[in-house]
Amino acid sequence: MNHLKKVIYNCKQATLLIEKRQITKLSFRESVELRIHLAGCSMCKLYNKQSHVISTMVLQLFRDSAQQASTAKLDEDFKKDLQDRIENELNK
Amino acid sequence: MTTENQLLNPHKWVDTHADYLYAYTISRLNNEELAKDLVQETFLAALQRASQFEGKSSERTWLTAILKNKIVDVYRKKSSGLNNVTEKQAEDEQKDFFDEDTGHWNDSNRPLPFGIEDQDPLRGKEFNHILQLCMQKLPTLWMSVFTMKHMDDATTELICTELRVSQANFWVIIHRAKLSLRACLQKNWI
Repeated sequence: MNHLKKVIYNCKQATLLIEKRQITKLSFRESVELRIHLAGCSMCKLYNKQSHVISTMVLQLFRDSAQQASTAKLDEDFKKDLQDRIENELNK
Repeated sequence: MTTENQLLNPHKWVDTHADYLYAYTISRLNNEELAKDLVQETFLAALQRASQFEGKSSERTWLTAILKNKIVDVYRKKSSGLNNVTEKQAEDEQKDFFDEDTGHWNDSNRPLPFGIEDQDPLRGKEFNHILQLCMQKLPTLWMSVFTMKHMDDATTELICTELRVSQANFWVIIHRAKLSLRACLQKNWI
């Protein structure tokens, strides 16, 4: 009971579980603890909301830059040198 | 070349795969010079290992696998030596966020609404700029974890193994990164 009480009133643990839940499935116990905490803690409820929005935005940023990167090309001089180097290795 | 690696054609490697491998690296490391080096190293390592190619996968898949290992090496190097420090640091820094005894939010760091809660999160360049600045303050290890997770859909177990981070440490790092990121946004976006 002591452990449960500690988690239910502990925002540090609750926010850890909020992050964990976005990446993996919580254990039954963890999920009950988090639900009870969130029912009574408006600050962590707000944190939960913000945390999800932030994850979405970060992900969008990653996708945008990955999109940009997918069109990146090497310059022709570098490519020529590289192929020459490969040919050299092959002829060794 | 011997019969067992008849599918490899190194004379065409650069033409066929160099741009693909380069873009693959840029999207994961975002560093042009480093990306060039890794593409070159990948081809050279592939030549050395050509006899091990069994033709079970395509040439491109095989080259990409070699490159991927090199990228993970970079992730690991960037965050090596930091692992133990990171966990302790994270614990220390969390004292800024939470009361050490009760685990309650400290007054100075508790979440306040700052305008991202109810609207569409895609709110233009200005916010993205602040987000990027705040993300730069996060540890390299976090960036590596995030990239592996979302670009390669890696499992937590795989990420921990490849980056040599314990599971407990993994969650501490994720937790701390989000706390810092959220606090940084709240501070700079009001």
